[in-house]
Amino acid sequence: MSDVKNHKVHSVAHHFANAGHEFESAKLGMWVFLVTEVLFFGALFVAYAFLRWAYPEMFVEAHHLLDWRMGGLNTLILITSSFTMVMAVRSAQVNQRKQTSAYLLATLVCAFGFLIVKYLEYSAKFHHGYLPAKFFTGQAVSEHIHLFFGIYFMMTGLHGVHVLVGIGLIVWLLIRNQKGDFYSDFFTPLEMVGLYWHFVDLVWIFLFPLFYLVG
Amino acid sequence: MSQVAVGTNYINATKGLKSWLTTLDHKRIGIMYLLFIAISFALGGFFALALRLELLNPGKLLFSAKQYNQLFTLHGAIMVFLFIVPSIPASIGNFLLPLQIGAKDVAFPKLNLSSFYLYLFGAIFCVYSMVAGAADTGWTFYTPYSTTTDTSVISMTLGAFILGFSSIFTGINFIVTIHKMRAPGMSWFRMPLMVWALYATAIIQVLATPVLGITLLLLVIERVAGIGIFDPALGGDPILFQHFFWFYSHPAVYIMILPAMGVMSELVTTFSKKNIFGYKMIAYSSLAIAIISFLVWGHHLFVSGQSDYAAMIFSLLTYLVAIPSAVKVFNWIATMYKGEIDIKAPFLYFLAFLFLFCIGGFTGIMLGSLSLDVYLHDTYFVVAHFHYVMMGGTVMAFLGGLHYWWPKMFGKMYSEGAAFVAWLFIMVGFNMVFFTQYLLGTKGMPRRYYSYLDQFQPLHAFSTSGTWVLTIGFLIMAFYLVESLLNGKQAPDNPWGGLTLEWKTQSPPITENFLDTPIVDSDPYEYDKVKV
Repeated sequence: MSDVKNHKVHSVAHHFANAGHEFESAKLGMWVFLVTEVLFFGALFVAYAFLRWAYPEMFVEAHHLLDWRMGGLNTLILITSSFTMVMAVRSAQVNQRKQTSAYLLATLVCAFGFLIVKYLEYSAKFHHGYLPAKFFTGQAVSEHIHLFFGIYFMMTGLHGVHVLVGIGLIVWLLIRNQKGDFYSDFFTPLEMVGLYWHFVDLVWIFLFPLFYLVG
Repeated sequence: MSQVAVGTNYINATKGLKSWLTTLDHKRIGIMYLLFIAISFALGGFFALALRLELLNPGKLLFSAKQYNQLFTLHGAIMVFLFIVPSIPASIGNFLLPLQIGAKDVAFPKLNLSSFYLYLFGAIFCVYSMVAGAADTGWTFYTPYSTTTDTSVISMTLGAFILGFSSIFTGINFIVTIHKMRAPGMSWFRMPLMVWALYATAIIQVLATPVLGITLLLLVIERVAGIGIFDPALGGDPILFQHFFWFYSHPAVYIMILPAMGVMSELVTTFSKKNIFGYKMIAYSSLAIAIISFLVWGHHLFVSGQSDYAAMIFSLLTYLVAIPSAVKVFNWIATMYKGEIDIKAPFLYFLAFLFLFCIGGFTGIMLGSLSLDVYLHDTYFVVAHFHYVMMGGTVMAFLGGLHYWWPKMFGKMYSEGAAFVAWLFIMVGFNMVFFTQYLLGTKGMPRRYYSYLDQFQPLHAFSTSGTWVLTIGFLIMAFYLVESLLNGKQAPDNPWGGLTLEWKTQSPPITENFLDTPIVDSDPYEYDKVKV
């Protein structure tokens, strides 16, 4: 049933009473970290709200310049990746090491897929000159439209950086999983990166309607 | 008395520089922070001396107007980001928190060490900014000036951005440590009040600092790519920057003062040999200050053109801060009542805080009232107010805490006589410098001005001469503290008769803090039940 034969036995750090204590502490720490991330993005959402309030017509005009099909595709990709991430954690909990690796790999593929779609979108914007103010050369269909692309690149760019960090973390998990670090009694890093990955997913769930859909 | 070899402690447990640079021991990390915080304080103080010297008379004395702007920017940025924000939590707090709750270490020792290296890394950016055309924007980096000046704003803001993350990670570490690492029997209401203060501080660090991070990032991007969010010429709004900035920086003021209030609660019970008056109210007031701190940022924008209604609400909310602050002050005074007061060096700084913070707090209420603020805004009155709170409050408590826990940290006693002399110089010098500035402010002297009308000269000169008295005080302190490390008397485990857990282990503590995990079966300050 289980394909884990000789996993490494995790040793609890000296200042914790037991593995459960360690896991609960790590989880609380991760949640607090995610709260800081919410505030990190939060200020940008406020900036978005402010600009939208100041120039509502411009936002309507500008959002037609984004391709909602591309955004929609990326939304699907990220939701799928959240699912594969959950399954990776689950597989480790039931000692299925090969499955854990397979699901992590699937998550990685989704992450790269997301970035490729994003790259296609960005290069189209670059091509048309739809860039922040200093570099804006596109057709100004509406006054101050560079502000839309300023906040668009700022928010999706910061989100993209988070996806890149996530890719690094998932690769790290894959290597550790291949070494046999994770098993039913120890899967803390998987769980923590999982939480982070769902957060990155969730930010996109907000970005997609705000930029692509709301007219 | 111990199974560990006699004379073994966290300082001599392992040897060599490398054992310090790679240490995961919260006590060693705290001591390393202390060293760099002291260096930052000296550096920021040096800039303060230089800029006060320039203000000795109107017109040019030593520096050009631009150099003067750079001096006060560096003084402010270094004192805020490198000294006072990390001062008590990262140095004393790091050392103390696990000891006070009976834990072996903080929850995430590696994260703790990375916070320290992030601090160093951020400091390098700030030092780089200093030599590469120091920023001249003031520590507030207001747009549009900060997006147009030719000085090195980017490296300074990136430095502050990185220091912000150091602060966030310390905050996360402390929250989890307090939730998960308390010794058996230490319920929330048996925690020392210092721990409550650090907890409230950590909440602010975690909730406010990310907003500063993104604001500074936006500023950097604004300079590099001109996204225009803060630029009226491109359709943006510079007031948005002020809102973002103060959404962090006002709570940050409470990041600075709350741990100081925690130190105060410890000092007053130990040196009055009396149970704290109103334990729960002090604990709750820390949380109340943390919560209200997020709702008052608009009082920095009374004259920036925010709506009158917003200003009225912010003014009212600002008044509310006075309530939990006063709860603490009254409770400290009530604790002293009928206590056996023992005036040692730490208690001298307790008294300094009590007087100076009250002056700083009251003038803060004055500035929070709408009509007065219009008159006093951006004058020396504001400068005097926040120095009374930050230096008269936080720095005094920091020094009090340093003197209180010095024997625990290093196992050495310093000279009480020298400490008293240094305290006297610092108290007199501080009031010479800053009380004068209240007078200057009410007479209409604007802050950050390079030159001034001749009639202000006597007060400016008096204020400047105070900085020299202050400097003598700090030099005496540096001398006797270093001297104590070399020749000081061996400190007993509990030199002051404190009741909290850190006094129940040896001085300096062993690496694991306690021989056996302590079991807590009483409140933290039960002087009425315990005979010391």
